Amino acid sequence: MRRLLVLGAGTAGTILVNKLSRRLSKTEWDIAVVDGSRSHVYQPGLVFVPFGRYEEADLMRPTRAQLPAGVSLIEGEVELVDPGSNLVRLVDGTEIEYDQLVIATGTHPRPDQTEGLMGDGWRTDVHEFYTHEGAFALRDRLTRFAGGDLVVHVSEMPIKCPVAPLEFAFLADAHFRGKGMRDKVTITYVTPLPGAFTKPIAGAHLGGMLESRGIGLEPDFMVEHVEDGALVSYDERSIAFDLLVTVPVNMGAPFVGKSGLGDELDHVRVDPHNFLVPDTDNVFAIGDAAALPTSKAGSSAHFAVDVFCENFVEHIDGHPMTHSYDGHANCFVESGDGKALLIDFNYDTEPLPGSFPFAGVGPMRLLKETRLNHLGKLAFEPVYWNVLLPGRWLPISTDMSMTGKHRPES
Amino acid sequence: MSVATIGDQQVDVDQEGFLTDPSQWNEALGAVLASNIGIELTEAHWAAIRFARGDHATTGETPTLRRMQSVGGVSTKEMFTLFPKKPAKKMAYVAGLPKPVGCV
Repeated sequence: MRRLLVLGAGTAGTILVNKLSRRLSKTEWDIAVVDGSRSHVYQPGLVFVPFGRYEEADLMRPTRAQLPAGVSLIEGEVELVDPGSNLVRLVDGTEIEYDQLVIATGTHPRPDQTEGLMGDGWRTDVHEFYTHEGAFALRDRLTRFAGGDLVVHVSEMPIKCPVAPLEFAFLADAHFRGKGMRDKVTITYVTPLPGAFTKPIAGAHLGGMLESRGIGLEPDFMVEHVEDGALVSYDERSIAFDLLVTVPVNMGAPFVGKSGLGDELDHVRVDPHNFLVPDTDNVFAIGDAAALPTSKAGSSAHFAVDVFCENFVEHIDGHPMTHSYDGHANCFVESGDGKALLIDFNYDTEPLPGSFPFAGVGPMRLLKETRLNHLGKLAFEPVYWNVLLPGRWLPISTDMSMTGKHRPES
Repeated sequence: MSVATIGDQQVDVDQEGFLTDPSQWNEALGAVLASNIGIELTEAHWAAIRFARGDHATTGETPTLRRMQSVGGVSTKEMFTLFPKKPAKKMAYVAGLPKPVGCV
């Protein structure tokens, strides 16, 4: 009996074990998953929480129930991975041997990494919405917000779901307009990037959307610390706020660095096309946990897992891995007022306008706000639980397609 | 991509003027690139540039500000002093390294 050990039962880990449990022989392979959380959170829903769309119970389901029968779930936190001994040690001292290891422990907001962020204002005037607790605390704060300076802030790249802070800004604008108090609120978007988004065409489009909504943009802002109601940058710019909604520094699980597998942010260094950790032949990292030059997002995790599973069955049979991940990601961007954009891109092709998934027909429109894109985003929730996580087939190709996309003349 | 004459050297550059082949770089060229963007190089600049080039040769990537601090020993605060406003981008330009990967 050989053991496949998967660290993390988030989006990537869950899809992966659901797919592989159908592919691997039950008499030859034992599959086990380590995760410290009893609940699986529907993370794409968190950005809507501050605006009242969900109740607390709506976004969580039991972790165990998302995994297939026959796969064991080991509740615990990983302390260390020792690739030389094919061994994983948990914080409680348990040691688990593996034949093949997949690290899928994600990336997590770390407000402790910015001086002053978790000071007296934390969860009163300083908020985040990437955790269940934080998103609901912010909802309560927004209901009491009578007006003033709202600052929406990204600390450092990369972050998971890099469009979420933009979505938050758009939704906040619509929220305050809906309450008839937009004139009492200034909204400023503060980012370490040179513009609203890294890639030029989407960046220009999204930047225009900020401008048309009267949302200020403060680019190239690297926060050094937070003090007395202000963000202060390394080059000594100061931005005052009444309410700060920040995306803290995102870091991988601490064991990654401790095990010598990570970059400076504890994301695992891997081959970007097959996810193998360098100098090993049986350790992989996938999803947000991996240091890949594409968006940290559920969609990229899903496409990556598709490629991984095809490669994995070749790899364990001693064959070369013949499939290659292209960095494909696909994200809905909520823009307020019941509309959304859709972006579709990979390592080499930036988000472009056009139609998706069919040329001309769509029905989704790329880089354009439509009602249907918004409905697509809402419809995604049952798809996530019932199709995506169980690893069932979705009518979207794993590799990005240029069909329907066009590059605007510059 | 195009060929540009910088100082008295012919080098391959991208649309924004970043060298596309780090091996075409030398210290004299670095000094010209720095003066193009209004920076006069001091020993502190050279220390940062030498670390970044050595690190790129090992990892294949231009170091991030965080890596400059934690591995190269050049604090983010100092990077903003040496290469004002856009330190990662300006340092890469002067050091003849690819523009830092825009995190997506």
